[in-house]
Amino acid sequence: MSAQSHDLSVDHHDDHGHHKETFITKYIFSQDHKMISKQYLITGLFMGIIGIFMSLLFRLQLAWPDHQFTIFDIFLGKWSDNGVMDPSVYLALVTIHGTIMVFFVLTAGLSGTFSNLLIPLQIGARDMASGFLNMISYWLFFLSSVIMVCSLFVEAGPASAGWTIYPPLSALPQAIPGSGMGMTLWLVSMAIFIASSLMGSLNYIVTVINLRTKGMSMTRLPLTIWAFFVTAIIGVVSFPVLLSAALMLIMDRSFGTSFFLSDIYIAGEVLHNQGGSPVLFEHLFWFLGHPEVYIVILPAMGIVSEVLATNSRKPIFGYRAMVASILAIAFLSTIVWGHHMFISGMNPFLGSVFTFTTLLIAIPSAVKAFNWITTLWKGNIQMNPAMLFSIAFVSTFITGGLTGIILGDSALDINVHDTYFVVAHFHLVMGISALYGLLAGVYHWFPKMFQGRMMNKNLGYVHFWVTAIGAYGIFFPMHFVGMAGLPRRYYTNTNFPYFDDLADINVLMTIFAIITIAVQVVFLYNFFHSIFFGKLGPQNPWRSTTLEWTAEQKHVHGNWAGEIPHVYRWSYDYSKLNKDETDYVIPGQDYIPQNIPLHENEEEMSH
Amino acid sequence: MTAFLVVLVIILFGVTIWQMSRIFQMSKVKTVGSTSEIASDKDNNINGYLMLGFVIFMYLLAIFSFWEYSDVLLPKSASEHGVEIDNLWLISMVIIFLVGILTQWLLHYFAFKYKGVEGKRAMFFADNDRLEFIWTIIPVIVLAGLIIYGLFTWTDIMNVNDEDDPMIVELYAYQFDWRARYSGSDNVLGEANVRLIEGVNQLGVDASDPNAQDDIVVDELHLPVGRKIIFKMRSQDVLHSAYMPFFRAQMNCVPGMITQFSFTPTVTTEEMRQDEDMIDKVRNINRLRREKSQELAAKGEEALESYEFDYLLLCNKICGASHFNMQMKIVVESQEDYEKWLASKPALKETFAAMNEEI
Repeated sequence: MSAQSHDLSVDHHDDHGHHKETFITKYIFSQDHKMISKQYLITGLFMGIIGIFMSLLFRLQLAWPDHQFTIFDIFLGKWSDNGVMDPSVYLALVTIHGTIMVFFVLTAGLSGTFSNLLIPLQIGARDMASGFLNMISYWLFFLSSVIMVCSLFVEAGPASAGWTIYPPLSALPQAIPGSGMGMTLWLVSMAIFIASSLMGSLNYIVTVINLRTKGMSMTRLPLTIWAFFVTAIIGVVSFPVLLSAALMLIMDRSFGTSFFLSDIYIAGEVLHNQGGSPVLFEHLFWFLGHPEVYIVILPAMGIVSEVLATNSRKPIFGYRAMVASILAIAFLSTIVWGHHMFISGMNPFLGSVFTFTTLLIAIPSAVKAFNWITTLWKGNIQMNPAMLFSIAFVSTFITGGLTGIILGDSALDINVHDTYFVVAHFHLVMGISALYGLLAGVYHWFPKMFQGRMMNKNLGYVHFWVTAIGAYGIFFPMHFVGMAGLPRRYYTNTNFPYFDDLADINVLMTIFAIITIAVQVVFLYNFFHSIFFGKLGPQNPWRSTTLEWTAEQKHVHGNWAGEIPHVYRWSYDYSKLNKDETDYVIPGQDYIPQNIPLHENEEEMSH
Repeated sequence: MTAFLVVLVIILFGVTIWQMSRIFQMSKVKTVGSTSEIASDKDNNINGYLMLGFVIFMYLLAIFSFWEYSDVLLPKSASEHGVEIDNLWLISMVIIFLVGILTQWLLHYFAFKYKGVEGKRAMFFADNDRLEFIWTIIPVIVLAGLIIYGLFTWTDIMNVNDEDDPMIVELYAYQFDWRARYSGSDNVLGEANVRLIEGVNQLGVDASDPNAQDDIVVDELHLPVGRKIIFKMRSQDVLHSAYMPFFRAQMNCVPGMITQFSFTPTVTTEEMRQDEDMIDKVRNINRLRREKSQELAAKGEEALESYEFDYLLLCNKICGASHFNMQMKIVVESQEDYEKWLASKPALKETFAAMNEEI
């Protein structure tokens, strides 16, 4: 099957490879996966700038609640009175910050970028299975981003019911102004986003299954592809459930149904709604919401596995266990959603079941962490910026993952549920970790994306070290705020004298946040500057084994100017010695690209 | 509108820069195959040492946080089941700290120890079934222990039953305040529904229900020490969460259904105020408030009141603009004090009577 489609795509290439593309077909409505991946990345970065900037605004508010900031007047307009933030816009900021970071940056920006870039290039395909669907997928994502950004300018303010948009708060404009037009736009934007995500995911799945080059068996796939493939499957399984939840919420909001509403007295009148349950919405939301965090983290894991192996000059340790743990995590991720709802009023017995499945997921996660650490052991570690971010990923994933053991335990969750302990936990384990994965991917595959240009490594080092220190500086002390019992999504805690002694920690976290956010400007400068002025590196700068580096630096339609390379080995033949153990298999070269046939003096592995 | 214009200007500015840089780009000579942006031995060395420095930074940050911030943590549990939760918490914390310290050390130390040197050979080490078995089975055993302990604790806490003659109290949440309804001498709450809300009958209690007549609605929660309480929670409008951190208790209040949580308070407010750690904490808070008051006084504003410890009920589920100020005071006191306090509050039948008179 794969051979057949490969021949077809050769013909396709010969027919169409030479005609001149217009600006519009090349840069805007492009069907080329490489261009689409760049579009995803740059849109994702743009959304990331908005999302992170919002966090700066509310961190300032949290640290100095009684201080007047001119910056609030500038950016919040009528929601800032003489530099004092309005409480409802605080909720809007945290809501949109969460939405943008989870969906627009870490789902589309991460998975969209690297699935598009790497799936065809690493499996040896001319392009995605359907370039057209791929283009539609990006433009729907773009449209949903535009709608989400537009919702910020709505009269009554953007959605402000938290990124989890629990009804009735999100259903009733009487309850909070943001639940009017802002919430409508939020739902429309997310519905389009889900359509975009589904088209992308289906395309990734089909491409990985059908378009692998000759010799590229599933067990020879780089772990990146495994991660993207499984991520796409989880997306297809869980995103439609969010769509149905969103549709039901739209019905409740606009057409008077009662899926999630019952017995409500608000603004002096009783609503007619009867018989619905907000708990149903929580189930539906988290049926996506929890797999979503793995949709975010799995691609980062794949990227990190690849970068760690390449830069340690060693095979990834326990390839099969890594694949198995990706599959186990993916399976378990769909049956643990209830741990977000231990105290939602659902039957406590369900809480027991979800505690059990949740703590099970720690096992494959632990296996992955140990395997990454062992990959470093006795390596010859090349400290490229991508490698530094990958090591830091393992570090934050461990730190954040360990507190997950506490939160996953229903008995312990009672007292820290919805406190800053949770905020600290998920920012480390999925926020910061996934961002590190994204950044590692950008530094590593930048030369592939931008035709051989490389990012400046020294700026990369500055970016990394300040970010690494700053991220821990923000989120480690935050655990203490949670253990002190301070609920999240509080505009200020000055109404509780009991929490007065938290002011110091809040100031410390905000200072770290300002520094960390500021240093991202270095990254943005490096990124955009290198697109145009970056030094042209060698074709395979990191001396990597995977197929994308066998393609020409100059992008061509169809990826390889000549024939598609065939694959003869797995993607982790780093530092493999010949049978006599006198030298590497290829003398003087510590890696064997996947398209090199087995040598005579080489022991055959099971891959 | 101005916001849109600003965005437009920014975009146009970006396009200008992009076009300018293209002109620069075209006028530039290309160098191919430069390896200057790939890590050299020097980079490996510096960053290797920095990795070692980083793990030490992490340890120091942890030590600093414990040293500096351990006094902000919640005091000892003021409820019976809370002691169990605190034990489990301590055990889990010790385990995750040990694992964290060890794995972070290995990760960063390996990064330092095996930093790249030109010409050095890495070890081709792809698989080891025994190693992988070991680090699969160890988490399995440790987690099994935690799960079992956790589930027993959870089941004990959530098993709300009538043993030990519990007192039934309703917690009623609405934007943005709390009410409590005591079930009175019959210990049965009268039926209630939001459709019955009218005037002073703020909780929508059914006036025709005989069980409702002796119910007592209050805006401050008083609990007799040592008596098991079953809280029945209702919400009037949106989701709220009744969070009582000092009692290690929390349950969402869901419109359209009644949720419940049960605990036995064991430490009176007065005893907690006399707790040594609490005395230190309150002294520290009052010092901060005095400093703040001086600042405020300099600006000609009102000074802050001095603080005295009280148990709290907080809202812990985003519920609207004033979510951050939805609280109720909880007082734990002796049975006699509690009864005296409750007797001073009017029963609902008086409220109903007043309503009828108005009509």
